[in-house]
Amino acid sequence: MTTRIERPLSPHLQTYRVTLTMALSIIHRATGIALYFGTLLLAWWLIAAASGPTAYAHVQAFTSSLIGKLILFGYTWALLHHLVSGIRYFFWDLGYGFKANEREALTWGALIAGIALTVLVWIIAYAIGAGR
Amino acid sequence: MSGPSSLRTPLARVRNLGSSHSGTQDFWRQRLTAVAMALLIVPVVVIVLMLLGRNQAGAAQILGQLPIAIILLLFILASAWHMKIGMQIVIEDYVHSEKMKLALVMANNFFCIAVALASIYAILKLSSGV
Repeated sequence: MTTRIERPLSPHLQTYRVTLTMALSIIHRATGIALYFGTLLLAWWLIAAASGPTAYAHVQAFTSSLIGKLILFGYTWALLHHLVSGIRYFFWDLGYGFKANEREALTWGALIAGIALTVLVWIIAYAIGAGR
Repeated sequence: MSGPSSLRTPLARVRNLGSSHSGTQDFWRQRLTAVAMALLIVPVVVIVLMLLGRNQAGAAQILGQLPIAIILLLFILASAWHMKIGMQIVIEDYVHSEKMKLALVMANNFFCIAVALASIYAILKLSSGV
């Protein structure tokens, strides 16, 4: 075995001043992790639909409860925010949007679009839900 | 292997596909699955909205239709792959104990494969109408 080389480590979070792009980078990771475990809900829902009326009624009891609705609202935002925030990374991957004002604009755009899309989806959901 | 007795330079170890032997494969697949989901998100949201307020029979009837099943299968495959890569990056960034890292990377693979297979099984079951 060779001895482990002590390489310098990059400074940690508390060393840096908080900036918008940095905060959104952390939120991108956090929403990704939330969505990772959120897939359990998706799998539960699909399995329940395939299992029968009793199992599906359990899912619906959960999704119509207050805590269930809050989790679903958070899930919707995490998904749509991660999506628009991810599209921002495509601009950077392709070499665009690196100027200070451009990266700020992209980041504000992602933050606002994520919230706006979430509210839009829920307005449509309530409009449809009320009709059934 | 790369101790003081090795004649290989660090450059030789990172040439071609690099020290991990897989190059930028994960980076590419992360983007590939991201684009796939960006394209699929509108139909997927529409499908979820179509199911709102319906009972199990109504939901099963919609989920069993061919185009809807295919859209959901594609979305599940892309998301399972995407989240497997994403979580592995998070583990590799923050877990510094080698054994713990191995255990978590394994658990990550198990989780993603299990969630994907369970969801795919449910959709196939709904499609075959049993």
